Amino acid sequence: MTMKASNRQVDAVTIVDLSGRITLGEGSVVLRDTVRDLASKGHKQILLNLGDVTYIDSSGIGELVSAFTTIRNQGGDLKLLNLTKKVHDLLQITKLYTVFDVKDDEAAAIQSFAKK
Amino acid sequence: MNSSATNRVSYTLDSTLESVNRAENKALEMAARGGFSEDSQHNIAMAVREAAVNAVLHGNAYDPRKKFVVAYEITPQALVITITDQGRGLDLESIPDPLSPENLMKNSGRGIFLIRAFMDEVKIRNLNPGTEITLVKNVGREAANAKEETK
Repeated sequence: MTMKASNRQVDAVTIVDLSGRITLGEGSVVLRDTVRDLASKGHKQILLNLGDVTYIDSSGIGELVSAFTTIRNQGGDLKLLNLTKKVHDLLQITKLYTVFDVKDDEAAAIQSFAKK
Repeated sequence: MNSSATNRVSYTLDSTLESVNRAENKALEMAARGGFSEDSQHNIAMAVREAAVNAVLHGNAYDPRKKFVVAYEITPQALVITITDQGRGLDLESIPDPLSPENLMKNSGRGIFLIRAFMDEVKIRNLNPGTEITLVKNVGREAANAKEETK
């Protein structure tokens, strides 16, 4: 299953709904292009919804890290929403779970940006 | 494809991402045949994917003249998968620890770490040229139980 990304705007927060596999090749490229495009347009509060992401490999993890760094370097913030158990475990193993701000409720996640 | 026995099968594959997907899907199939749990099947397939990516990307560098071989073997004790490329060889000393603070936010370098996390045994051998990586997942209690149930 190839990866798909679509954006929604809720107040100042851009929610990116991702589905499919974030792996070396197409999936990673879609994520990279989406985040770079948002960054270039000045979007600084990004919420990546990974609820329908079925699989992430090490390349996909690298792309999440890269997305996080890209937005942070522009003075923004990138958070993760709705991790599946497999993705959650992967971030735990790689010690990235504490690096990312991970949310499991969309409304609360949106509010958490406003608090900053 | 070369097949020498029911429980052992090997493929010689082109250095492409399509081949990586093939190697991963076959690993999933063999892990299911071996009676591993769904979580273990996923982990084995992911380890094979990471090893195949290393073979295609870092080993053979997408060179169309170079192939990589993936062999799967189910024994009563374990699922053993060997992946061999024709690249320059892997310098194990140069692989950084992806968990150390200076590497944590790097975009790459987690493949071998994940392979080791997901498999019971990992052996890497330099063939000069080429690299051979052997991945072993032991048949645990869950797999043994699953086999009993299907009898």
